[in-house]
Amino acid sequence: MISIIIIVFGIIMIIAAFLAIHLKNLLSAIISAGVISLLASVIYLLLAAPDVAMTEAAIGSGLTTIIFIFTLKKIKKGDLDD
Amino acid sequence: MIKRIFILLALVGLVLMFIPFLRDFDFHKELSKLSSQYVEGSINDLNTQNVVTSVIVTYRGLDTLGEVTVLFLTTAGVGFLLRKKKASLKTRRSSELLQTASQFLFVLIILTGIFIFTHGHLTPGGGFQGGVLITTAFLLLILADVNLKFNYSILHFVESFSGVFYVMIGLFGFLILGMNSFLDPTILPLGNYGKLLSAGAIPVIYSLIGLKVGSELTTIIDKMGGE
Repeated sequence: MISIIIIVFGIIMIIAAFLAIHLKNLLSAIISAGVISLLASVIYLLLAAPDVAMTEAAIGSGLTTIIFIFTLKKIKKGDLDD
Repeated sequence: MIKRIFILLALVGLVLMFIPFLRDFDFHKELSKLSSQYVEGSINDLNTQNVVTSVIVTYRGLDTLGEVTVLFLTTAGVGFLLRKKKASLKTRRSSELLQTASQFLFVLIILTGIFIFTHGHLTPGGGFQGGVLITTAFLLLILADVNLKFNYSILHFVESFSGVFYVMIGLFGFLILGMNSFLDPTILPLGNYGKLLSAGAIPVIYSLIGLKVGSELTTIIDKMGGE
C-alpha cells in the first residue's frame, strides 16, 4: 500500500518538476517547485523519517518558495522602473 | 537538433550510472556496526530518546557548528547586498481580519517553534526546524503589514548571544572533561530518561541553535521582502 502511494507521489513530483521548467508564468513555476518539496516531505514521513520530513516541509516548500516569490516581486519592480 | 541529442546522451549516461545502485539494492535486515554504535550510545551514554538529535548535536556536532557558521555567513552576505532603503512604501492597509488573525496566530506559531526545539531530544525535530517555524511566524507579520519595522538590536543580540554560548558550551567540554570532548553534552547531569531536563547539554545546545536559526532567517526574510 505504502509503495503504491510513493510511486503515485513520485509520478506527480516528476510532472511538477517538468511543469516548473516549462511553464511560462514564473509564479506558477515557483508554486510547482514548492509542490515537489511538499510531496517529498510526505514521502519522507511514510518512510519513517519525521525529522527530515519536518525540515523539507518547513524549508523546502515553505521558506524557499516564499523567498523565490519575494525575489520575483523585486525583479518585476525593477522592470517597471526602467 | 544536436543539442537535443547531447541532452539525451547525458540522460542515458546518468541512467547507466545509477543502474549498479539499483542492481545491488537490498533492504538492510540489521543495523550496520556504526549505526548500532550510535543507537546504543545515544540511549546508554547520552540518555537521549531521539537518536537523530544525538547524532546531529553530539556525534556530528562539529558539522552542525559548521552548518550554523554557513548560515551566519549567508545572512551576513544577504544583509550586505540588500541594504534597505529608508523610504517606506505607501500601501493600502491590509484588512482588519488579516491583521487580527496574524497577531493571534503569531503567538501560537512561536510557541510551537519553541516546543519543537526544546523537545528536540524527545520528539522529532529540533533547532533547525523550530527556528524555521519561528521565522514563518515573523513572515506572517510581514505579510499582514508590509511596512513593519523589526527591532534589529534585539534580533542581533539574540543571534550573537546564542552563537557565542553555543561555542562556549563546546569549550566547556575542553575545560571540564579533557582534550577529546569538544561539544560533549555530558558536562551537565544526564537526568532521567524521557524527561524534558535530561540528556545533558543537548536541549540547551539545540535551543541555542533554534534561536540562532530563527533570528538569522528572520533577518533574511526582512531584508528580502520587507520593503
